[in-house]
Amino acid sequence: MKVTSANIRMWSRLGQRGAFFGIAMPELANQIENLKLVTADLALLSGMDRFRSAHPEKFLNVGIAEQNMIGVSAGLAMDGHCVFATTYSSFIAVRSLEHVRQHLAHMQCNVKIIGSAAGVAAAKSGISHWATEDIAFTRVLPNIEVYSAADSLEAIKLAEYAASVNKPMYIRLSGGLNCPIVYNDDYEFIPGKLVELKQGENAAIIATGLMVAESLKAAELLSEQGINCSVYNMHTIKPLDKEKLNELFRNNRLIVTVEEHNVIGGMGSAVAEYKATLKESPRQLFIGVQDTYTNAGSQRYVWEQLGITAEQIADSILKEIIK
Amino acid sequence: MEVSKQNADRLTAMSQRIRLNGLKMALRSGNNGSHLGGSLSCVEIMAVLYGEVLRINLDNPSDCERDIFIPSKAHCVLSHIPALAEKGFIKKDEILNYLDDGGRIVGHPYRPDLGFEYPGGSLGMALSVGIGIALSAKERNSDRQIYILMGDGELNEGSIWEAFMSASHYKLDNLTAIIDRNHLSYDGDTEEVMGLDSLSEKMRAFNWFVSECDGHDTLSLLKAFSEKEERKPHVIIADTIKGKGVSFIENRPEWHHHRLSQKEYEQAVEEVMNAGGALT
Repeated sequence: MKVTSANIRMWSRLGQRGAFFGIAMPELANQIENLKLVTADLALLSGMDRFRSAHPEKFLNVGIAEQNMIGVSAGLAMDGHCVFATTYSSFIAVRSLEHVRQHLAHMQCNVKIIGSAAGVAAAKSGISHWATEDIAFTRVLPNIEVYSAADSLEAIKLAEYAASVNKPMYIRLSGGLNCPIVYNDDYEFIPGKLVELKQGENAAIIATGLMVAESLKAAELLSEQGINCSVYNMHTIKPLDKEKLNELFRNNRLIVTVEEHNVIGGMGSAVAEYKATLKESPRQLFIGVQDTYTNAGSQRYVWEQLGITAEQIADSILKEIIK
Repeated sequence: MEVSKQNADRLTAMSQRIRLNGLKMALRSGNNGSHLGGSLSCVEIMAVLYGEVLRINLDNPSDCERDIFIPSKAHCVLSHIPALAEKGFIKKDEILNYLDDGGRIVGHPYRPDLGFEYPGGSLGMALSVGIGIALSAKERNSDRQIYILMGDGELNEGSIWEAFMSASHYKLDNLTAIIDRNHLSYDGDTEEVMGLDSLSEKMRAFNWFVSECDGHDTLSLLKAFSEKEERKPHVIIADTIKGKGVSFIENRPEWHHHRLSQKEYEQAVEEVMNAGGALT
């Protein structure tokens, strides 16, 4: 995939889902003979037109039947395919969960489940369409790796990585169209590694998904007040980058985790679970969905209700530091 | 496939051996109990599959052209394991170790090398997997056949109907579902618990090719397996009796999972021996 600034801007307009299925997947299908892309009646929404017309033999639509989709994908994988199966995050990681447990966790079939519109991207569609528990549901399953893209370019990098390895995984794509850009230039995607995006000594912010861009903005707001936070993108939630976390825990008095997900069971929990095993470790501020649902509305409105806009993130960190 | 009286008699004799080994396993289960009812109802189905239908090879168990059989109703281990042993996938003396800690065949294992193509146990999922394998086989022009055994109680599961719908949509005539229609789930009569009503009409409405047969008559089963219709998945609705072959187990819901005492074992063996079938 040719990464230019023009492409980065175009992919950003398509959003993570559009970039993944409209840009990365057709290209990967050119290279990978045994690739299959399976959807549950979300081909149009997901921008699969290009894939469908260029690679009809590699495309399968099982209709609005998410559980069957995972089982069929497992069967395809058992006969040698590398399968990408996708629908909304909430449906793939919640409704289909037992199929995922059986076929990806237990049997380790080579199926990548791609959950789109994770977080509250489908804000106005209401809580049924939100996914603020998907990390918890997938993270708890053995043998499944969990990835979460910070922007459209990273979504493409994740697609390329997923196609290159023979193992099951969950990829969380956040947001709708017009995804904020985190990476303005090409970079090397290293699975399993925390990425430092900004340096700072007052606190370390670890964010995932859309909250990476939001946390970078929060860090800017804080630096205007003389507080310098480092910002890390955790694109790999499982397995955890323990080595880098050790370093962060050693060098910081406050760890802040920020996610568009319930604070129970999510990325922050993953960090805390590891931190709790260490002899000495800094305290942690959990920013995310505080085990609740809010009224539906625009994404910005819902984020405000949840307290996860850049301004609110900055504010929470400030209060925690002063405390 | 040879549909003949002689072949059916051979498979009936095999059924008797499977039944006797299943009873041995049940006795060995001790106080833990075992799934005798649903295992005994599909003994003849297992015998016809492993004794005649399935093209699988012990020397090359992962051959990508092999037929696939998945017992989606996994509570049939007491007939599945003896059937695999008949075929040589499991050593006959290993049958009785099936509950041993650390053993190879405990708790619905996923061991294709031993003939366990799929780790069953949770109902309603394997038909979807069979559809994926069947789609893939079609795509690469393989003539491998996919067989999925399901219980009638299992049909209460919702995702199985998603699968029924898609199998005919994709015209998978390399896929056969066998329904062990024993009329009982754990809590009793399927028609009282959650009625299936006229199952064959339902399946025809889903555009499957339907065969109905006596699930304890190996000739009737052979005929059913030999039928097919181009461009349609095939369902064999095998009319069976839960606990078939042992008077005090037959049609008794409590024997879905139950302990078999030494005395009961002896009586059961006697009944199975007297029922005939040991022609070889």
